[in-house]
Amino acid sequence: MTSLPAPQPNQKKLGLVIDLDTCVGCQACVTSCKEWNTQGYSAPLSDTDPYGTNPSGVWLNRVHGYEVKDEGRDDSRVVNFPRSCLHCETPACVTVCPTGASYKRAEDGIVLVNPETCIGCKLCSWACPYGAREYDYTVGVMKKCTLCVDRIYNINLEPEDRVPACVKACPTGARHFGDLGDANSPVSQLVKEREGYDLLGEMGYKPTNKYLPPRKRRDAVTSRQIALPKGDGSAMDRLFGWADRLLSGKISTKLTMQEDYSDKLEG
Amino acid sequence: MNPAYSVILFTTASGAGYGLLALLGLVGFNHGPASSFGFGATAIIVALGLVTLGLLSSTFHLGRPERAWRAFSQWRSSWLSREGVASVATYVPAVLFAATWTDLIHAPQLVAPLGLLTLVMCAITVYCTAKIYSTLTTIRAWNNAFVPTIYLAFALATGASLLTAIATVYDRFQIFQVAVAVAAVVLVAILKFLYWRKIDGAERSHTMAAATGLGAGVRQWEVPHTSENYIMKEMGFAVARRHTMKLRNAVFLLLLASLIALAACQLTPWFSWIAAPAIVLAAVFERWLFFAEAQHVLSLYYGAETA
Repeated sequence: MTSLPAPQPNQKKLGLVIDLDTCVGCQACVTSCKEWNTQGYSAPLSDTDPYGTNPSGVWLNRVHGYEVKDEGRDDSRVVNFPRSCLHCETPACVTVCPTGASYKRAEDGIVLVNPETCIGCKLCSWACPYGAREYDYTVGVMKKCTLCVDRIYNINLEPEDRVPACVKACPTGARHFGDLGDANSPVSQLVKEREGYDLLGEMGYKPTNKYLPPRKRRDAVTSRQIALPKGDGSAMDRLFGWADRLLSGKISTKLTMQEDYSDKLEG
Repeated sequence: MNPAYSVILFTTASGAGYGLLALLGLVGFNHGPASSFGFGATAIIVALGLVTLGLLSSTFHLGRPERAWRAFSQWRSSWLSREGVASVATYVPAVLFAATWTDLIHAPQLVAPLGLLTLVMCAITVYCTAKIYSTLTTIRAWNNAFVPTIYLAFALATGASLLTAIATVYDRFQIFQVAVAVAAVVLVAILKFLYWRKIDGAERSHTMAAATGLGAGVRQWEVPHTSENYIMKEMGFAVARRHTMKLRNAVFLLLLASLIALAACQLTPWFSWIAAPAIVLAAVFERWLFFAEAQHVLSLYYGAETA
C-alpha cells in the first residue's frame, strides 16, 4: 500500500547511525550487504559483465569519498561517506509507487520493495533524494536497503548476528543499528551525544538514519608536539639533559622542549 | 535526467493524440455527428492510434510489463497510478464518441455529451501525466506549476495542428481549427519562455554541504564505483549549456515557423502540412530539453555543488 501507515504511539523507528569520524572507507559494509542480499534469503543483486571491461551492478550501499577543508586551516581531510536508504518517516518513494510494491512497515518503519509486485517503472528512484533505490536490469524490479529485515528477526541466526550485515561487518564500529524512535536507546543516545544529523532535512522526508559528524581534529603542529617524547622530570633525566646541552654547546634552559626535528621527520 | 528517446516519443505521441481527441470531442459537442465519414474515421483513428501507441510503448518500457495491471491500484496516493486509471477510463467515452460521431452507431443525440466527456477525460489524463513530474521535489526544474500547463498547451497545439492537417485532406478545413492552433502555439511559446526564465533564475538552494552535512569546505574526492551504475545512467546526465540554448532557440523558431504556416492557411489550407510537423518537432525538442535540463538533487552526492 503506498499510502503511509498512520504513526503509532511509541512508533518504532529502526534505522542506522553512521559515524563519519570512524569510517575508513574499507567497503566491508558494501560487500557484506552485497553478499547477504545475493546469497541470503532474497533474489540476487545482479552484476552485468562482472569480469569484463564495463562491469555494472546493483549495490544497496555505496561509500563515497569527500575532501573537507575546514575554514581557517590549510590542510584538508578525507571523509568516507556510506550512502544507503535512510528509511524516511514520510518517504516520497512510497507514495509515488503506482502498484503498492513500495511500502513502509507500520511496526518498525522499515521501507521495502516487494519484488513480486514491482513493475520496474523507476519512479521511486526519481523520487528519492538520496539515490537509495537502484533498478536491477536483470530482473526488472527495484532494489533497496532492506535494513536486513531478514536478519534482524531471524531466529535461525545467533542473537548477536541479528543486526544488519553492514553493521556486523564494520571493523571500526562506524555503523550502529537500533530504534531511533526510542529516546533512551543506545543509538538515540549516540545521536544526541555526537550531534547526529539528517541528510537534506530541508526536503521534509524526515530520514530515520542519522549521520555523526567527523570530530574536530588536531592540526599538524599540535599533533607533532603531542607526539614528541617529554622528560619525566626526574633527577636522572635532568642530568642527562644538562650533559646533552653541555656537549652540544647549546645554552638552552628549556627542559621539556627539544630541538625542532620537524624538518628531519620523514613522511 | 536521462532523456530516453522512447519516453520522449511516447509522451509527445500520447499528448498529440489526447489533444486531437479532445478537439474532436469539442467538434462533436458543437456540431453533432461528423459530416464526412472519411474525415471522422481518419481523425479518430489517428487520435486513438497515437494515444494507444503512447500508452503501449510506455507499458513495454517497464521492467515487468506483465504486471502493469497492478499500476491501477494506488490511485489514492500515486499520480502515475491516477494516470493509468484516467488513460483507460478515457477509452470508454472516447470509443463510444468515435462510434456515434462517425455514425457507426446511430445515436446522434449522444454525440454532444460523449464529446464533452471525451474532452474532459483527455484533459484529466494529460494533467495526471504532467503531475507525475511536477510533484517530484527532487527535480527543481520540474517542481512547479508550469509543467502541467505546458503539457496541456502542447497537447492542444499538436492536436490542433493534426486536426487542421487531416481536415484539409478531407476538405473539412475550417478557420476555427487554425485559430485554436494559433492560440495554442502562442500560449506554448509564452509559457516556455516564462518557464525557462524561471528555471534559469531559480535559486539552487540545495548544496553539497547540506547533502553531506560536512560544511561548506566539502568537495568530491572519490565516487563509489569505477564504472557506470543505474543511478548515473538514469540521473547523471548533464547537458552543456551551449547545447540547451541552441535547442531552445530551435523550439522557438519551429513554433514561429508553424505560426507563419498557420497564417498562410488562409491562402491554402495545405500549409497545415508544414505547421503540423513543425509543432510536433518543437514538442519533441522541448520534451528532450525537459529531461536533459533537469538536475536531480542526488547529483550533490556525485560532485554537483548546488541543485
